[in-house]
Order: sequence, then structure tokens, then C-alpha cells
Amino acid sequence: MSNVTLTIDGKQITVPEGTTVIQAAEKLGINIPALCYDPELSLSGSCRMCVVEIEGMNNLPTSCTTVVREGMNVKTKSAAVVESRKMILELLIADHPLDCMTCQKNGNCLLQQYAYEYDVKEISFQGIRHDYPIETDNPFIVRDMNKCINCGKCVRVCSEIQGRDVLNFAYRGFDTKITVDLDLTLAESDCIFCGSCVAVCPTGALLEKNMIGKGRSYEVKKVKTTCSFCAVGCNFDLNVKDGKVIGVTSNPTSAVNGKHLCVKGRFGHDYIHNPNRLTTPLIKKNGEFVEATWDEALNLVAEKFSEIKKEYGNESIGVLSSARCTNEENYLMQKFVRAVIGNNNIDHCART
Amino acid sequence: MYVGHNGSLIPILQATQEIYGYLPKEAMKKIANFLKLPYSEVYGVATFYAQFRLQPRGKHIIRVCSGTACHVRGGDNILKLIEEELGIKSGETTADLRFTIEPVACLGACGLAPVVMIDEQTFGRVTKDKISKLLDQFQ
Amino acid sequence: MKSLKELRNHLRYKYLKLNRPRVSIGMGTCGIAAGAEKVKNEFISEIKKHGLDVEINITSCIGMCYREVNVEVDIPGKENVVYGDITPKKVERIVEQHIINGNPVIEWAEFQMLAEDGTSIHPIPDMEHTPYYHLQTREVSARCGRINPENIEEYIATGGYEGLENVLKQTPQEVINNLKRSGLRGRGGGGFPTGQKWQFTRDAKGEKKYIICNADEGDPGAFMDRSILEGDPHSIIEGMIIAGYAIGASEGYIYIRAEYPLAIKRLQIAINQAKEQRLLGYNILDSGFNFQIHIKVGAGAFVCGEETALINSIEGKRGMPRIRPPFPALKGLWQHPTNNNNVETYANVSLIFREGVEWYSSIGTDKSKGTKIFSLTGKIAKTGLAEVPMGTTLRQIIFDIGGGIKDGKKFKAVQIGGPSGGCLPEDLLDLPVDYDSLIEAGAMMGSGGLVVMDESTCMVDVARYFLKFTQSESCGKCTPCREGTTRMLEILERITAGKGKIEDLNLLERLARVMKTTSLCGLGQTAPNPVLSTLRYFRDEYLAHIEEKRCPSGVCSNLINYRIDPEKCVGCTACARVCPTGAISGTKKQPHVINTEICIKCGACMDACKFDAITRI
Repeated sequence: MSNVTLTIDGKQITVPEGTTVIQAAEKLGINIPALCYDPELSLSGSCRMCVVEIEGMNNLPTSCTTVVREGMNVKTKSAAVVESRKMILELLIADHPLDCMTCQKNGNCLLQQYAYEYDVKEISFQGIRHDYPIETDNPFIVRDMNKCINCGKCVRVCSEIQGRDVLNFAYRGFDTKITVDLDLTLAESDCIFCGSCVAVCPTGALLEKNMIGKGRSYEVKKVKTTCSFCAVGCNFDLNVKDGKVIGVTSNPTSAVNGKHLCVKGRFGHDYIHNPNRLTTPLIKKNGEFVEATWDEALNLVAEKFSEIKKEYGNESIGVLSSARCTNEENYLMQKFVRAVIGNNNIDHCART
Repeated sequence: MYVGHNGSLIPILQATQEIYGYLPKEAMKKIANFLKLPYSEVYGVATFYAQFRLQPRGKHIIRVCSGTACHVRGGDNILKLIEEELGIKSGETTADLRFTIEPVACLGACGLAPVVMIDEQTFGRVTKDKISKLLDQFQ
Repeated sequence: MKSLKELRNHLRYKYLKLNRPRVSIGMGTCGIAAGAEKVKNEFISEIKKHGLDVEINITSCIGMCYREVNVEVDIPGKENVVYGDITPKKVERIVEQHIINGNPVIEWAEFQMLAEDGTSIHPIPDMEHTPYYHLQTREVSARCGRINPENIEEYIATGGYEGLENVLKQTPQEVINNLKRSGLRGRGGGGFPTGQKWQFTRDAKGEKKYIICNADEGDPGAFMDRSILEGDPHSIIEGMIIAGYAIGASEGYIYIRAEYPLAIKRLQIAINQAKEQRLLGYNILDSGFNFQIHIKVGAGAFVCGEETALINSIEGKRGMPRIRPPFPALKGLWQHPTNNNNVETYANVSLIFREGVEWYSSIGTDKSKGTKIFSLTGKIAKTGLAEVPMGTTLRQIIFDIGGGIKDGKKFKAVQIGGPSGGCLPEDLLDLPVDYDSLIEAGAMMGSGGLVVMDESTCMVDVARYFLKFTQSESCGKCTPCREGTTRMLEILERITAGKGKIEDLNLLERLARVMKTTSLCGLGQTAPNPVLSTLRYFRDEYLAHIEEKRCPSGVCSNLINYRIDPEKCVGCTACARVCPTGAISGTKKQPHVINTEICIKCGACMDACKFDAITRI
């Protein structure tokens, strides 16, 4: 494949043929704003935020869909470009609730960020606004279509990554709305609540229900960890505030899963601070479980294993280990069986 | 007749509407299953095109042209008067399911403006006093 | 099977040499709407009553919409006479006086076609010398209103499929070269050179290629394509077959709007008849070339006139435009190379290959060749269709052909190019109609709708009307069009309601600029044109609405009031009786008054008053 040299904002760069202008700009460290663009998804070219000026072209083409050509001269911040982006933002916020003060997405919202960058303060357009009911009838996701800007990333992620096709655009024109199945709620639909739509939503239209009201983005410490539910080994960020896990958000740098998670990984963390969770070992005494220390419990187990081994022989004990354990834990377990118990009766739930 | 035909969703929706007068949700589900399409896609297509409706509609469909020629020759007034006569707004159906008024952009018979189309019949040069008689023809 | 040539000679004899009188009734959608069916039945019963041997034939619209119903009476060996404005009541006299006694009804006759011996009936003008037709060059629409569109034999008898015969003797590349030489440009609006477009699709790699005919004519006020579809469907089919041969496609789609039921019916008849004659299907005219045509009926979306939205719609998807590149010529229908032209373009193709490239390119201007069909609507005296050579001026079309403004009013503007076009004022009327001059003036050829406006048309209201149209037809995919058309419409609605602010003009222009340059498809890019052109040429009207809260044309109902002149009012109560809201009160034989609080400004009272006592202020 041959290379193409072009100029962006006065800087020359050589990129492989087929690269888009937005990708080439990124290599130069030039960040072009975009709401509907996601490198993982097919191109939509619909938000028009990423427009640029290209010498010899009549209108302002979108940099996400325009492929570089030899000698192309691109301006990403010309007066016409900036004016267009401002206008597009003005148009978007004219039909968007401006409740940033209480919005869970505050500080993490692309629309908010661009409005700040492009100094869009006033609503130039007074007129109709949509008034959709906020959907809260499922335990995981809050859908507020009033905050939707129709970028369609949720539609594409549901179809292209998750393969569920639960979401699609419906109606048309100003009334275009992203709907679920035959305009149902997520709870009524075939949605499996993987939450990928939430992960790609640039605004507060799709939010993790469990995090609402638990903390602002700037108060939250993100701790990358591995999911403990299954053997896939997905990574994500635990959102921690004041030493407490308030939620999970995906971390695009995760090697195994990128932004994608399943319903358990993304939403199934409430057990961490559940009051019913066992925090100490229990030993059954006189038919009832009684709290014990780790030393007591481990001593008891060691004692019992030794007894069994002595009475019935090495082969009398077998161990099943778990996919929810780490590699290190599983390694230790097989080591324990082979070296301490003295047999090969070790197996794993994810072996087949 | 539709199996294996690419792009048969719209013709099937049209044929379905021909039968029921609208697109019932159950029918859309069946069509989606038959064509192996997601429900959301069938719904997206059904709500995109002006021809499809998701609500039952009247026996007779009244379309008052709102094309330019009709507009400048008083088409809006004709619509207003029909709305008053039937006691419904454009897009609605009378309680007795006799009439539905449908919005339409341009019927393309501008030489005869203002134009009203009832079912498949087109009426040209409609005047205020012709309206009641016109509607009476459709029982 | 006899060769097509032999068949044509045979049919020519059959259809052109009549052996009994023939009555042809103009049954296009417009004719039918004006009562052609009843006129036809009246002819049938009159002829039966008199025991005559007369053929009743149907044809479509000859273009004189202002004189529907049109009837042509053709007596063997004599002149043909075309009558206009025929009602069932007039039939008896035509049958008795003209068909039985041989004396045409001169006062109802529009024009005549001269007899073979050149004789004519005084004082009926012959077609070429009527004010309506003398500047017209009816080439593409020649058969409309003259032949029976439901009978392939009449098409063949009048030179139909001769173009295809000629094409099959050339190599596909020769066909494209000839098309390029003809200078034909797309009649759908943009005016892209058709030969070049065909070349792109021909050169594109791909085993399967498609031909699409865009018959989704949706511009308000445009009905040229409908007229050809209803009046001469084979000319489109022939053009598509030629395109298929030249490009290397074996399948074609006609995407036609559902609002044209008659055109769909006639196209289906035409396709079936062409198949029977082996002009469509396998091994066309023993050339080894195969071509199929399918009809896809639209479901009501103006944006499907945009070619990538149209392709999505054929594929059964939402009719939203695709991002380009890739262009349809490379990846179109089902990702295969696809050529898309509109109805009139294909009709031109059949003409070019029948009459020859040299003949064709001698018509028109340097850069815009051939003819263009316009539909004349609005406040024009003669609404209808006019086919003129490119380069004819707007003044000639509107005043010479269209007879100027109705009711002796003053011309104000002409909207050309539909919702994507612009409104041109009086001083641009001498503009020759060709692709490039119009774009320069801030309008565009579009598909060819001309909506004429007179002094009683408010230009702000016109801009509002067009925005309402594009707003409701926006697909909603891209931000500038989805949100922009809505906000633009709202601003215009405020101005026409007398609530506009002077800053609104600035905002309109800013918004228009961004919509034009950043929208995804042509719909959004051209949606601001009616606003920009009216702002450019009729800014004073905007200012009157905003600064003086006055609608100079007396259209915007919030800014007008009706008043009864007590001097002129005789108290006949006619106004009070028609008032839909009971806003008019007064006792019999005493001057009446209008309660402006209740008045909805519908104007019914003004129409009802026989004494000119009601004025709009």
C-alpha cells in the first residue's frame, strides 16, 4: 500500500493510503471534535461536528468520512469551520435540557465539553423541544431521550459489536428518535443489558442507574481491575468514591474486551458493599454457624484434610477450582493438590 | 412471492397495510421473524415513510394537497373546512372510522388547484361550498 | 417474428391511416381529475345512440392543464381537431356537428393538426401557431397526449424502439461516446453530464451492475415526469434498456412514488407489452442482450429523490442518504455499481438514439443541449407543461407560452427548482434557462417546476412554505438539516406572525450558510435556497414584516385585517352567512361589522361580497 502526503493546519504528514482525515490529524496531535465518530464502529457522518475545510472542495466535508489524497490541504480550525461547529452545537443544545448542574454526565459529557471549547453559551433558537418521558423501569440503565443527540453510536454498537439490533432510529426529521424493538422500553424488549450503548453515549441520554446521585465525575477515582465473574478476564474501571465502589465503567484500553462488558461485569457489583455479604469465616458448632477467625478456620480445614488423607489415602481427595479465581490462585491450588495432598485430582470449571 | 427477494420489507409492509388499513404490531413482529430482521429495523422503516401508519384508519382517506399551487389557491382553507366538517384534525380518524385525513405534500395535479383526493379519486378546483357534497359521496 | 422495422411499417399504416373516425380523450391524472372518465362515457353513449362506427381511444396529457378535459377528434383524411375544456354536456354537439356532419365546433377548438393535403379549417389555428405551442419544441413529450400510452403498437408506429435498434448495432462504448457527444445533462436537477456518469458505472469493477430510474418526482409544483410516465412510458423503458446495454447491466429498477397510481399502472402495462414483443427480457431483438425492469413503489418520502436514499429505500431500508464516497457508480444498489438517472433523462436518451446525436446537439445552448420540460403552475394564466429548447428565456416561458399572470395582476417572482431552488424577480426574467445561468442567479434548474407568483404572493410566506416542506421531509440523519430546518421554519413562522426581530435576519443567514456547507445531502444543502433567494431579492418584504408589522401582499393572516366599508355595504348578510366563526354581525339592510377578535382571516366574507364592500388591510 502506498503512502499519501498531505498538509493539515500547515503541518505535513505522510500516512498510508485509505487513511481518513480525522485519523491523519490525530497522528499530528490535532484533535478534531466529533460526536458520532467511533473508530470501533462503522462511519455515520451524521453529527457534522468534524467538518473541515479542504482546498478545492465546495462545502465543508466531514473529516471522519473523507479519505486523504496526495497534496490535500486541510484546515481544521478555519473561521468557516469554527462557525459551523458553533452553529451545530447551538442547534443541538436548542433541544437539549441544560441541567448540567445536576446531570450525572457532568464533566464527562462530550456535548458539554465542546460547548465549553467553542464558547457556546446562549441558546440562539427558541422553539419546540422534545418532552419524552424518562425511562427508568429496568434496574440498570436510565434512558432519557431528551438528552439524545441522535449520533446513533448506541444503534451501531448494539448491531455491530453486540449483534443484538435492539436499537434503531425510528420516525424521521426533527422527530427522529432512537427506539427499542417496536418502541418498547428496554425492560420490555430483548435487550440483554450489556450496557455497551451506555459506554458509547456521548451525553447523559444513557446512564448507569446505580451511579446516579452517588458522586460527580471529578470525585470518583477510577481503579482498573479484572472482572471476577468469569474466565474471560475483562478489564474495567471500578469507580470509587470515599473508599466505596459506586459503579463500573468500561476502560477502552482493556486488552481483552475494550469498551465491552456483559451485564454482570458492568452492573453486577452491588454485592461488594452488600450487608449480607460474608466477611469472616463461619464454623458450624452444635448445628449453627458461628463466626470464626481465619486462623481457626484454616486450622480446622487443615486438620480435617489431614485426617481424611490419613484414614482413606492420598487418592481420597479431589479439588475443583474456579474460573473466577486468578491465574495465580489457580496455580497455587494445583500446587497444593499435587504437593500437599499428593495426587492429580485437580480440575477446573472452565476446562471444557 | 417475497421470499428471497432482496429489499422486500417495504412491499410486504405495503401489502400488509392494504389488508389491515394500518400496520398492527403483531403483524410487524411476524414480518420481522419471516424476513429474519430485527424488530427495531421493521419499526424504523415503518415509521420513516409517510405512507405507513401504526394506528387504525378510516374507510375513506382524504388527502388535501398542500403543494405550492394549492397553497396559493387556498388549499389550506379547504383543509381547515374539512377538518371542521368532520370534527377531526389532519392525521386523525373520525370516531365512526369513516374518514381519515392524511397530510400529503403534493398530489401533482397543480393545474387543478386546489385539489382534494379521496381514496383513489382526485377532485380538482374544489371550492368551499362543494365540500359537504363531496364528503357525502363517501359513506 | 417479423423484424421490428416491418412491424413498425405495418403499425404505421394501421394507426396513422384511419378508416373510421377516432375520438381520443386525454386521460392523464389531471384529465381524469377534471372529469375525463365522464366525458369518455358520454362519448360512448352518444356514439351508441347514433349507431356510429367510431373508435374511442385514450391518450394522456397534451400539456394544456388549463384546458382539461382535452379531446381530439380525428376524421379519416381530414384535419384533427383538439378541443379543450370539454364537459359531458358538450359531447352531444361535438358528435352531431363534427363527427356526423363534418363541421368542427370552432368555438371550443383549441387547435388543429393539418390534414395530409394541407387543408385547414378556418379559423382554428394549427398547433404550431397557437400562442401556447408556437415557442415550444415538443420532442421528448411529442407523444404525450397524442398516442395511447397503454398500447405499445402506437409507440412503435411512431418510431418507438428505433433508438434501441440503432444502439444494438453499436458497441457499448460507442453508445457512451455518442451520448457524451450529444451533450445530454441529467434532467433531475444537478445537470451532471449523463455520458460521463454512464462511463463511471461502465468502468466500475463488478460482475453485476444496476440501472435505476428515479421516478420519485416530489417537488411541489413539478409534474413533468408524471406526464411522461403516464403519456409515454415506453420512452423511459427504452432509455433504460439502452443504458443497461451501454453500462453492462442486466437489471433495472424504476423507483416511483405511490402518489402516482396511474403512472404505475401504465408502466406495468408497458413493461408487460415490451416483454411480449421481446424488447425486454432475454435476448432482446436477438442481440443476446438481456434486461429486466422491476418497479419499486415508494412509500412517501421526498428525500428518496436523493439517489443514495433512493437506493436504501429499494433495499428496504429507511430512506436516509449514505455518506459519499463511495459513490453509487462504484458501490450503489446492494453494493454493486449503479447508474441512476431520472425519467426525463431516459426519455431524452431514446430520442437521441432515434434522431441522432447531431440533430440533438443542434438544439439548445452551447453547454445545455436539447429541450427541457417545465411545469407551469401558480398564478400563471395557463397552467400546464411546456417543452422548450434550452436557452429559452423565463420571460418567453411565463409570458409568451404561459400567457402571463392570471386576472391581470402584476408578476412578482418565479420559483424555479422546487424546494431546492430559488425565487427570481422580474429583472431576471430575461435569463436564458440553462443549468449554469440559473445556478449563478441563486436558483437551479431542478426537475423543472416553475411556480409563478404575483403581487398578491408574500415572499416571506413563500419561504416559510418551502421550509415547512423541507422540514417535514428532512430524514433526520444529520444535525444541520434535522435541527436547522426546524429552527429556520420557526424563525420564518415568527416573522410571518409579526413577532420577528431584526436580528432574526442575521441568524437566518448564518444558519443558512452552515446548512448549505455542512449538510450531508442535497436536501439539507439546498433547503435554505428559498430563504436566501427571497432575502436577496425581496429583503424589503422581510423588513416590512419585522419593522412595520405589515405584510405588503396581505397574505400573512396575523398581519392583516378585514374591514367592511359601511358606505358600500348594503346589508345583504352574505358575508355573515359564510363567516365560519360568526365574526360578522349586523342587521339586515344595515352595514355589517367584523369583530377582529373572532375573525380567523379566512377571507370567505370577501369572496362572498358582491358589492366590493370588504377590504383587506
